[in-house]
Amino acid sequence: MAGQEQVRPQRRDDGPDEGDAPEAATAPAAQTSEIDDILDEIDGVLESNAEEFVRGFVQKGGQ
Amino acid sequence: MTVRRVMGIETEYGIVVPGDPSANPMVASGDVVTAYARSRGIRPARASWDYADEAPLRDARGFDMGRGEAHPSQLTDDVEDPTLANVVLTNGARLYVDHAHPEYSSPEVTTPRDVVTWDRAGELVMREAVARLATVPPGVNLYKNNTDGKGASYGTHENYLMSRSTPFASVVRHLVPFFVARQVMCGSGRVGIGTDSRTPGYQVAQRSDFFEVEVGLETTLKRPIVNTRDEPHAVADRYRRLHVIIGDANHADVANLLKVGTTSLVLAMVEADVLADDLAVRRPVPTLHAVSHDPSLRTRLELVDGRRMTAVELLWEYHDRTARFVDERSGGAPDADTAEVLHWWSTVLDRLGRDPMEARREVDWVAKLAVLEGYRERDGLGWGDPRLKAVDLQWSDVRPDRGIAHRLAASGRLEVLVDDAAVARAVTEPPTDTRAWFRGTCLTRFPENVVAASWDSVIFEVPGRRMLQRVPMLEPQRGTEAGIGEVVRGAPDVETLLTALGSAD
Repeated sequence: MAGQEQVRPQRRDDGPDEGDAPEAATAPAAQTSEIDDILDEIDGVLESNAEEFVRGFVQKGGQ
Repeated sequence: MTVRRVMGIETEYGIVVPGDPSANPMVASGDVVTAYARSRGIRPARASWDYADEAPLRDARGFDMGRGEAHPSQLTDDVEDPTLANVVLTNGARLYVDHAHPEYSSPEVTTPRDVVTWDRAGELVMREAVARLATVPPGVNLYKNNTDGKGASYGTHENYLMSRSTPFASVVRHLVPFFVARQVMCGSGRVGIGTDSRTPGYQVAQRSDFFEVEVGLETTLKRPIVNTRDEPHAVADRYRRLHVIIGDANHADVANLLKVGTTSLVLAMVEADVLADDLAVRRPVPTLHAVSHDPSLRTRLELVDGRRMTAVELLWEYHDRTARFVDERSGGAPDADTAEVLHWWSTVLDRLGRDPMEARREVDWVAKLAVLEGYRERDGLGWGDPRLKAVDLQWSDVRPDRGIAHRLAASGRLEVLVDDAAVARAVTEPPTDTRAWFRGTCLTRFPENVVAASWDSVIFEVPGRRMLQRVPMLEPQRGTEAGIGEVVRGAPDVETLLTALGSAD
């Protein structure tokens, strides 16, 4: 079907490609600021009352 | 030799009615299914499930369990409450209430990439249901995870069609050690050690602590590393459906691709009988737990032959055997799907072996740990802090703005293999290369005439005919677009379709 064509932008058939891993070469300071950005973003959406949210997350067992 | 085979993933989603922990989860799950069905114009009375061929108590070891011995939760073919919603979607998937969770069972596909695509389509289905229900507060929230951290677990099950002639004992022998180690590539990570999180800490997999035995039929108690359910939904003397219950629900495409891709390849070696017995692990269940409890990945597994190696090193053993086998059988030119899995397999093992944190774009548990360690460092939080537990749970919220994994993916922090447009199409369109194409396409073309469907049948009501017409589909790779696309597309009505299929077959 026409809607099924697949995009494989990351495909490297000639073995592991270090170009895929920019973070591996990133300096520690840059890593810290990247994590800080993520945390700031998550802070904005995290359930405001974490304790109550966690306590209320009760599931019945499944398979 | 290929990674391709008929396979799929079924996922039970965690369900919460905000502010009302005592809400009945079965009712809420029914609301989820009904809300989605309505949004797509599916009447639950139509396209309901055909249970005729379900036999959940059949055991791959060759005997039937007496119904008297079965826990009520194993009796999936007894529908106590007919109001429980259960529908088949136009993409060939099944959406229903399983125990106390809404479950999306993906249509049968043949490549790991398509597993990822139609598994993520299930997230969009659940997201749509949540959006619909949100219009009447408090609504319902859904989570693609596998434990509440308080002792309850719910499954993400993989299914692999395999040869009936392969001795099941070989499957057990080779898959048990593989599954003990596999979690380091595809675990989703979890705050808390122990089924009820009694020890503060972080572990690699959501499900591992819930596994108690090596082999068995159960899925809800005494969970086994290798499950023996033998319900092929296909020609039983030709096929077995290997039902894998030990995996976690993934958000990282690479981890999800590796979960099914590496398993399919190892299974292919078992089918070809080319694996020696030298990778057997001593005390698999405690070792499974120990590997999960050590995010440093330094824990050494003890092999039956006396060698000791880390989970990553054990997976390299499987990888190298697989790469050699693929090379020999394909003359050095494997198909694209197989090459893709091998590429990511070696890439991820390389990174995990150097420093696990290097795999945070590819592997859920690493991505989650990076975020949690950030919180711990910035705010000085201990592992018992509710904020860390909240991040763990909200990681898998299906809403794009609230789900932390979705935010990471949207901001380019997770490796994305399948683009959003392809996933959106897979919400309504079936895969083309399995019987799911026929199932889904019939629901699109003849919604008024499909009375019920199941994995291996579609039942039609034909105007003017008193008897319902059941089309069996016991060959999962028949009913494809290539096989019967012209017949189905050319049929102006269901009567013509059935007549044409009768002569085509």
